[in-house]
Amino acid sequence: MKTSQSAYISEHKRTGMRPLYLGLLLGGVVVFFMLNLMLGSVDIPLVDILKILVGRESTHLAWQKIIINIRIPRALTAILAGSALSVGGLQMQTFFRNPLAGPSVLGITSGASLGVAIVMLAAGTITSIFAIQQLSALGGWIIIGAASLGSAAVLLLILLISLKVRDNVTLLIIGLMIGNITIAMVSIWQYFSQPEQIRDYLIWTFGSLGGVPLNRLWILAIAVVVGGLIAVGMSKSLNGLLLGQNYAQSMGIPVSSSRIWIIASTSILAGSVTAFCGPIGFVGIAVPHLTRSLLGTNDHRVLIPGTLLMGAILMLACDIVAQVPGSSTTLPISAITSLIGSPVVIWVIIKRKNLQASFS
Amino acid sequence: MKEQSIISTEDLKIGFLPQRAMKSAKVVAQQINVALKGGQVVCLLGPNGSGKSTLIRTLSGLHAPLGGTIQLGGHDLTRFSIRQAAREISTVLTDRLTVGNLSVYELVSFGRSPYTGWFGSLTPKDNEIIEWAIEATGIEQFIDRDVLHLSDGERQKVMIARALAQDTSAILLDEPTAHLDLPNRVEIIRLLRELARETQKGILLSTHELDLALKAADHLWLINMKGEVFTGTPEDLVLDGTFESVFEQDSFDFDRATGSFTLHQPTKQPVNIYGDEVAVFWTRRALEREGYRVDDSNGNSLQIEALSREGRLEWTLLKESNELSCGSVEELIDKLREITQLVDAD
Repeated sequence: MKTSQSAYISEHKRTGMRPLYLGLLLGGVVVFFMLNLMLGSVDIPLVDILKILVGRESTHLAWQKIIINIRIPRALTAILAGSALSVGGLQMQTFFRNPLAGPSVLGITSGASLGVAIVMLAAGTITSIFAIQQLSALGGWIIIGAASLGSAAVLLLILLISLKVRDNVTLLIIGLMIGNITIAMVSIWQYFSQPEQIRDYLIWTFGSLGGVPLNRLWILAIAVVVGGLIAVGMSKSLNGLLLGQNYAQSMGIPVSSSRIWIIASTSILAGSVTAFCGPIGFVGIAVPHLTRSLLGTNDHRVLIPGTLLMGAILMLACDIVAQVPGSSTTLPISAITSLIGSPVVIWVIIKRKNLQASFS
Repeated sequence: MKEQSIISTEDLKIGFLPQRAMKSAKVVAQQINVALKGGQVVCLLGPNGSGKSTLIRTLSGLHAPLGGTIQLGGHDLTRFSIRQAAREISTVLTDRLTVGNLSVYELVSFGRSPYTGWFGSLTPKDNEIIEWAIEATGIEQFIDRDVLHLSDGERQKVMIARALAQDTSAILLDEPTAHLDLPNRVEIIRLLRELARETQKGILLSTHELDLALKAADHLWLINMKGEVFTGTPEDLVLDGTFESVFEQDSFDFDRATGSFTLHQPTKQPVNIYGDEVAVFWTRRALEREGYRVDDSNGNSLQIEALSREGRLEWTLLKESNELSCGSVEELIDKLREITQLVDAD
């Protein structure tokens, strides 16, 4: 059994770097979390942030309020949103075996928008999403539920079509078209709405990480944790699906039930984040590619935690940029993610020669 | 144990369910009564579109049968869960592999899926079986390579290693030799034969390599365009003419005497060839290509003698009392063309 022994050593060498990379990513999340708290319209020194975090009084009472009431909820929302969208995108890419798949491309995000739009319409003339959110925990759940149902409806539709259409590119184009239909429906609704509603909805579509107060954050947190746990539970199925549905089933993966779980997880993740933060594009596509390149693996047992961490880092970084440190301006977060995300994807394509190769 | 079938079918009917309620199902083949036994290599042959892939997918549980039963080790396949079935049958399909960022070792380890827990963690025993599969297929040199950077032949071996890691009693392969060059085709068939003998697994493969199948298979399953299935040892099927009838085509003929296909029907006069055995074999192929009928009767007017003289081959063409000597097959063919032109001119 000499060869076996050498294979073991080789395997150790193969996977030995991965915990290190995951550790580095975790460190990255901590660093960017702290930076996110420090930078903004007012720069707050690290010492004071640490003081406030451990519960001691800061020299400035205003800083304490800014950190606890604004920046901590914001940074935590960034972590949740970044992780959720990235893992949602990863699942879509593996499931559709398409490197360009992602919640925003397949119309899942627009499905969530439609869900939110319907709730806002149904709630009457004076209601805006912020009003519903501020109302109560129940209001928060209604928005999450509507957004999740909206994204699940679009995903189910795409799934039904995927039973007939085997070609991934065709499916992707159909997804884009469904996204367009959804956006058109929202436009028609807007056309017949009050200006105040439209304004609120438009602000919502710019995306914002700041709209989730600390006492509502746990709703988003629960949704993301549930969606994330389902994704982790699907690691083995996703690995099998890398080889296609036939191979997955021949290796004992229950493909039909896995489909449902993967769709449920992606809908919850993308739906809840869209409900709270608006449609944030591009993170879902870019982060899985970045993580695969860094970790050099498509094994979802490593890739999912890696993507969670990478998504959090990218979103925290984008939020720092969106805050424009030193000024009182805040840019729309969805514009920043696209500005940063697109060059990243271009870089990955060029570096890996082709995207199909870097993915699956 | 060896006599017990791993997979057997009873009046199996395969095909596709109707797309719309009003239409009837498309039956590809029916009345299929076949059995795959341990330690056997079975080749599934048939013209394009005869339903080889459908049969393989149906037997591996990926495609629902239209009727009849499939038995797995004596139990009905429908009673197996996906996970249980995956412990009995593994497959190598024609589905294109597009995954990257995945090492060969990781890919082979996916074969352990039917045995691992919810997270897919490998136990030392799983790793042992994976390493055995890697050794058995001879892919040790590239276990760390990205599966994207494998040649077609290497990738096929890796997929077979993955099927081996699945530790099933049968492996079903859909055209494992397609897209491979000749050395790789022979190598894959040799590997499968060796695995069948050493592991007593039942191995079923569909292929277009009729020559290779006739030589390597313990058993043949033939499907013709009418969806009829015939089984038997290759030799019996050739001798009773079944093989010929399945591949009946206008453009070429199956030569029962040599077990090979000839492209055209003989149009020219009969020829005798004798002499050095190897030289006779190859000369015969060239003559058949030219349209001559080569037979063993002695009274032909055209006779060719291929002999090795002082380490060099020499062909002597005997026609009536004329004698022509040639140094190569090419020269021989040229001379023959000249002669026949003269004959035609007469």
